[in-house]
Amino acid sequence: MPGDLMAAFSIAELGHFALVLALFVAIAQSVVPLVGAHRGDAAMMGMARPGAVALALLVGFAFCALMYSFVVSDFSVSNVFENSHTDKPMLYKISGVWGNHEGSLLLWITTLVVFGLAVALSSSNIPPQLRARALSVQAMITVGFLLFILLTSNPFERIDPAPFNGRGLNPLLQDPGLAFHPPMLYLGYVGFSMAFSFAVAALIEGRVDAAWARWVRPWTLVAWTFLTAGIALGSWWAYYELGWGGWWYWDPVENASFMPWLIGTALLHSAIVVEKRDSLKSWTILLAILTFGMSLLGTFLVRSGVITSVHAFASDPTRGLFILMLLVVSVGGALVLYAWRAPQLKGGGLFAPVSREGALLLNNLLMSTAAATVLLGTLYPLIADTLNLGKVSVGPPFFDGVFVPLMVPAIIAMAVGPMLAWKRGDLRGALGRLWMAAGLGVAGMVTVWLMRGGAVGDILASFGIGLAIWLFVGTIMEFGDRIKLFRAPLSESGRRARNLPRAAWGMTIAHAGIALIVAGVTASSAWKGEAVQTQAFGETVTVNGWDFTLLSAETFEQENYTGVRGTFRLSRDGEEVALLTPEKRTYNQPPMPTTEAAIHTTGLHDLYAVIGDPTADGTAFVTRLYFEPLVPFLWYGAGMLCLGGLVSLSDRRHRVGAPVRRREAKAGATAAKPAKA
Amino acid sequence: MTRFLIPIFAVMLAAAPVHAVEPDEMLANPVLETRAREISKELRCVVCQNENIDESNAELARDLRLVVRDRLVAGDADDQVIKYVVDRYGDYVLLRPPFKASTYILWFGPGVFALLAAFGGWRFYRARAVPMVAAAVSAEPPPPPLSAEEKRRLDKLLKDSDGAGDPA
Repeated sequence: MPGDLMAAFSIAELGHFALVLALFVAIAQSVVPLVGAHRGDAAMMGMARPGAVALALLVGFAFCALMYSFVVSDFSVSNVFENSHTDKPMLYKISGVWGNHEGSLLLWITTLVVFGLAVALSSSNIPPQLRARALSVQAMITVGFLLFILLTSNPFERIDPAPFNGRGLNPLLQDPGLAFHPPMLYLGYVGFSMAFSFAVAALIEGRVDAAWARWVRPWTLVAWTFLTAGIALGSWWAYYELGWGGWWYWDPVENASFMPWLIGTALLHSAIVVEKRDSLKSWTILLAILTFGMSLLGTFLVRSGVITSVHAFASDPTRGLFILMLLVVSVGGALVLYAWRAPQLKGGGLFAPVSREGALLLNNLLMSTAAATVLLGTLYPLIADTLNLGKVSVGPPFFDGVFVPLMVPAIIAMAVGPMLAWKRGDLRGALGRLWMAAGLGVAGMVTVWLMRGGAVGDILASFGIGLAIWLFVGTIMEFGDRIKLFRAPLSESGRRARNLPRAAWGMTIAHAGIALIVAGVTASSAWKGEAVQTQAFGETVTVNGWDFTLLSAETFEQENYTGVRGTFRLSRDGEEVALLTPEKRTYNQPPMPTTEAAIHTTGLHDLYAVIGDPTADGTAFVTRLYFEPLVPFLWYGAGMLCLGGLVSLSDRRHRVGAPVRRREAKAGATAAKPAKA
Repeated sequence: MTRFLIPIFAVMLAAAPVHAVEPDEMLANPVLETRAREISKELRCVVCQNENIDESNAELARDLRLVVRDRLVAGDADDQVIKYVVDRYGDYVLLRPPFKASTYILWFGPGVFALLAAFGGWRFYRARAVPMVAAAVSAEPPPPPLSAEEKRRLDKLLKDSDGAGDPA
C-alpha cells in the first residue's frame, strides 16, 4: 500500500513536471525554427520536427498521468477528488479527466501538440520553410496555453490529507454521448489552430498559392469534421438526456461551438477557390485567422463564465482574463500581421459573379454574416450591460428570427453553385438543369401543406420542407450529371462514379446531409406533438395517432444510482409497436436527479417518453410524451456531413505527395488505356 | 448541448430534471393552455441560465407559469399577459428582445452585416472588372501584342479552362 501510494504520488508530480518541461520546449520551438526559416538555416529549421515530437511526448505523458490518477482514484489530487468517485464505472472515471476545467484544458493542449506532431511527421512535401514557420506558430499557441494551465489551472494540485472518496462526476455527464463529446469538439476547435498556424506562416513568408491551399485544406477538413461530430454528439445528448425533447437552444455555450463551425465552413469553401483558381487568397487567410479566433472566443466564453456570470454565476475572473489576453495577443497579432502583409498577396484568377467561384464566395459571405449574427446575439447581453443599456436577454426567438432568413438564400444557392462552371457560369443553364429539383420542391411543399390541413401557419414550415427537397434533389442531379446517369449506359455511369474524385463524392454526401438536416429542423420545430399529463396505470394517451399506455413502474437500484423505471406500451391502430422504458434516476454521488428518456424511432419519426414523479397515492405518474417528426433526419444528416468530410479527406489530392503521384497515376492510366482497349 | 462545461454546472442543476410545466398547473381549456404554453416559451426564467419558464423547473418559473395562466383566465390578450410580466420583471424576461433604442444594434446588426457582405462582394467584383473592361477597351484599336506576363496569364487561363469540368 505505501508503495502504491508513493507511485501514485510521484506520477502526478511527474505529470506536472512534464508540463513545465513542455513549456520550455515550446518556447524553444516557437523561436528556433522561425529564426532558422528566416536565415535559411536548415539545421535550425530541422529542429521543428524533434521539437514537435518532444512536445507531444511531454504533454501526452502529463495527460496520461492525470488519466492514471483518475483511473486509480488518487483522491490526493484535488482534481480527482472534485470530479470522481470510486463507484463510478471506468468509462466515466476516464471521461472525468476532461469533465472539468483543468482537465479539459490539458486535453486542449494535448490536442494542440498532437496536431503539431501530425504536421511534423506526415507532410513530407511541405516546403521546409513553411513547415518550420507553421510549427513555430503552433508552438507559440502552445506556450500561451501551457502558461495558462501552469499559472492558473494546475490539474495536478494536491490536497493533504487525501480524502477517502471523491465528490463524483455530475451525473448528466455520466453518459457515453457526453464522454466523447468534449474530445470531438476539441479536436475541432484546436484543429483549426493548424489552419491558423499555416496562415500566419504564409503571411510571414508573404506567399500563398494553390499548393498552400492544398496543404491547409486537409487540416481544415479534419477539424471541421470533428467539430461537426462534436456538435452533433452534444445535440444528440441534449435530446435524449435532458428529457425536454429539444436538441438546440441557442445557448451561449452552444453558440460558442457553432460560430467556429460557420466560419470554418466558409474557410473550407474559400480554400477550394485558392487551390483551384489561385484567387480569394487574402480572404482565405483572414478566414483561417478568424476561425481559430472564434474557437478561442468560444473557449473564452465557456471558460470564463463571462456570459453566464452576468446574471447568475461567478466564475474565476483571472482565468477569463488570461484567455482574453491569449485571444488578443494571438488573433490581434495575426490580424496586425495580416494588415501589414496581406496587400502583397495578389489574387490570380479572375471570375464573374455567376461562376463556381462566385457561388463559393456567396457561401462565404452568407456564412460570415451568419457567424457575425450569432456572435452579436451571443455577446449582446454583455454589450448592453457594459454600455448601460439595461439588461436584455437574447433567446431562441431572436436567433430563429434572424438566422433562418440568412440560411434560405444559402440553401437555394447551394443546389445551384455546384452546377456552375469555373470562371463564368451559365445561370440559366444551371437552373434549367435543376427544373426537376424545383418541381419536386414545389410539389413537396404543396403536398405537405395540404396534408397539414392547408393552414396559414404551416406555409413557412412547408416551404422549409420544399427547400430541403430542392437541395437534396439538386445535389443528386448534379451528381447524376457528372456520371451521366441515364444519359449513358449504366456501366458507363458506374465507371464514371468510381473515377469521380473523392472530393466530389464528399461534397455530394455532405450537401445531401444538409438537406436532411433542413428537413429535420423544419419538421421538428413546426410539428412536434406533445402531451404532458398525470397518467394512471392502464391509461392511454394519444399523441399524433400514437397510443402510449402506462403499464407499470418499478424502483430499482444500481451501483451509483437508484431509479424508477416506467413501462409504456406504444401502439398504433391497436397494434403494439414497442415497449418504452423511460427512467428517472437519482445519483448517489453527487446526489442529483436525471431523466433517461425512452425513444422509439421509426426511422422517420421518434416517439419519446419521459416519466416524472408519482402522485401522492402512487397510482399515477406525471408523464411527458412527444411525437418528434423527422428528428432522426438530423442525426442522419450530421452523420452524412461527417462522412462527406472523411470521404473528401481520402481524396488523393489531400494525401501526402499527392500532386506527384496523381500525375504519375494519370500518365499511367493513359498509357494503360490503349493496351486495355 | 455543451452544457457539460464546468462554469455552468448550475445550469444543469436547473435544467436536469424535467419539472417543466406540470399537469397540475395546466388549464382545463385547451385553447387557453396552448396560448399559455406559447407565451411561456417567450419568457425567460430570470433565475436560470437562458431557459424559458416553460422548460425550467425553478420555483420562480412555476410562479410565473401560474401568473401567465391566471392572466389568461382573467381574459387578457397574449400581449397584455406579456406586458404584465414585463412591467414586473423588466425587459430581461423577454427572450425576444424588444425593438427599441437600446436594442437597435441587435436588431439592425444582422441586416448591416448582410449589407457589408454585399458591399464587400460588389467591391471585389468591381475591382476585378476594371482590368477586364480596360483590357477589352484597349483591345478595340489596333491590338497591341501580348506582353510576356499577359501571355503567361492567357496560357494559364486556357489551361485552366480545360479543367473547367474539374469538380470542387
